Amino acid sequence: MSAPILEVDDLHVRFPISGRGILGAGKRTLYAVTGVSFSLAKGECLSIVGESGCGKSTTALSIMGLQEPTEGTIRFRGKPITGPGAPSRMARAKAAQMVFQDPYASLNPRQTVNASLAQPLKLHGIAGSEATDRIAAMLRSVGLTAEQGRRYPHEFSGGQRQRIGIARALILEPEIVVLDEPVSALDVSIRAQIINLLQDLQEQFGLSYVMISHDLSVVEHMSDRVLVMFFSQIVEQGGWGEIFENPQHPYTRRLIDAIPDPDAALGRARKATEKVHPVPPPGWRFSSDGSVAPDVFSPPEASELVDIGPDHKVRLLRA
Amino acid sequence: MTVPLLEVKDLHVGLPIGGGQTYPILKGVSFQIMPGEAFGLVGESGSGKSVTSLAAMGLLKKPLRTTAGQILFHGRDLLKLSRREMRKLRGDRIAMIFQEPMTALNPLATVGRQIAEMFYLHQGKSWAEGEKLAVEALANVRVPNPDRRAKNYPHQMSGGLRQRVMIAMALACDPDLLIADEPTTALDVTVQAEVLRLIKELCTERGTAVLFISHDLGVIASTCQRVGVMYSGVLVEENWTEALFTDPRHEYTRGLLGALPRLGSRSTQGRHRLVDIDSIIPDRSILTQTRFISPRGEGASA
Repeated sequence: MSAPILEVDDLHVRFPISGRGILGAGKRTLYAVTGVSFSLAKGECLSIVGESGCGKSTTALSIMGLQEPTEGTIRFRGKPITGPGAPSRMARAKAAQMVFQDPYASLNPRQTVNASLAQPLKLHGIAGSEATDRIAAMLRSVGLTAEQGRRYPHEFSGGQRQRIGIARALILEPEIVVLDEPVSALDVSIRAQIINLLQDLQEQFGLSYVMISHDLSVVEHMSDRVLVMFFSQIVEQGGWGEIFENPQHPYTRRLIDAIPDPDAALGRARKATEKVHPVPPPGWRFSSDGSVAPDVFSPPEASELVDIGPDHKVRLLRA
Repeated sequence: MTVPLLEVKDLHVGLPIGGGQTYPILKGVSFQIMPGEAFGLVGESGSGKSVTSLAAMGLLKKPLRTTAGQILFHGRDLLKLSRREMRKLRGDRIAMIFQEPMTALNPLATVGRQIAEMFYLHQGKSWAEGEKLAVEALANVRVPNPDRRAKNYPHQMSGGLRQRVMIAMALACDPDLLIADEPTTALDVTVQAEVLRLIKELCTERGTAVLFISHDLGVIASTCQRVGVMYSGVLVEENWTEALFTDPRHEYTRGLLGALPRLGSRSTQGRHRLVDIDSIIPDRSILTQTRFISPRGEGASA
């Protein structure tokens, strides 16, 4: 097994929230990410799933260097990319890039597609015919024509804009692409096209994906490994098969149960969660199933991520 | 033979584009909803599913207008009612839940007051009585601490709670038909599951018919008995939910189902590509030329 391309080690992000008193008296701390660790192998798609406010986007922003961690380290190819001695933004731009949920909001409306794609290349000293060639090749890879490169973002449909967003992320040939809800704003038929495109590009360029999503059917379709987050912590992690066919944590099971799935609704397929109820290992108990909203201003209960199988961990509390 | 509660007959909606011409938005949509039935309209953006529901509520925004057809509710053509008659019906006999409860609720009034308004306007109750009934209505949609919550303003509530308030308002006067337009799209999955279950339970309990509008095939499958698939202003296929999902007849429905990542399909099929409708049907204009509408008398799954 080759060395992981990205390692996140005990990541903590906390936000100070000023109180309502005079001069912000009564300050509180919001626990956004608590002790998240994982590694990403080359060519792998790792998904982080969870509901609003669970810390999945904050984790993604930390990987991108857009959110300074309160504690913990993030290493890219063994070298730390946070804290003192972190590489410059220019250097990290070639390591990781991001595809956003709403490509319209992330593209400059006053720049043509070609200009948007040329900007990062120019900053990295690539111009002239080399830049033109790379842009043309990239547009082809994402299924757009050279002619479309001369147009402005508002001239495109949602699916095409997402193709532009993907082209912009890939133009510097990064090794890691962080996909933040890449298809949740798209219609069913367009969503299928973008999912197929992301998988083709992953194969073609050997990309490693970190996908942030709340849509578990997309996650099951695309991921090699899955992290389930609830209230700032990982509650379960493992290979996609472990998470979807043998989910152990009550919260993971609740998430899977909640997916409106036509097959399950019509009783044609049984969800893994309908099988026998999991029993925690002796001496342990499962933490909450997430039906009660936690207090984000106090640290989560002391618990541990325990190995319960090869590449399968579950958060447990001492009984 | 039961009489349909709502019958949409050959509904045409158009957008005037000058020179006496109209651009067709709905091209002859027909369907029926029986009393107490949950009927789903599913389709992608621009398919006309929301325009259909707005037309049924008489809420089409100018310059959109109905150019032909009938919308019969209890046998009365809604399109022939005056604005005043329509306003009396809306909220009382036909109610609607929208996608974004924050924009549908008044930010300046407590939710209790907003629910009370329904009783005041439609049932002639006093405000004091209305507010008492509002607390009851909140309890019915399973809002914890209803008497305290009634005094809340919308911004003090979470998205799931706000959607419950919307449901409480919609069901306050015991309508015969509830139109739910993407009621859970903005919600987290577990909250979505709870809200869907709530709508389903309350409507079954009270015998309220539901017109469900959604882009999500899963949501429609888990809530509706009968489904219509819309594409480009045409209802291209209609069938009992189970039949539609197991034996889709129309090419577009088949494409749509194949484009959906299905939970568990990776275990059975391995890593696979999703169906790209554009590559199997390069000319989408042919899609609206055929329609498969299964008769209601056959294969009913109660």
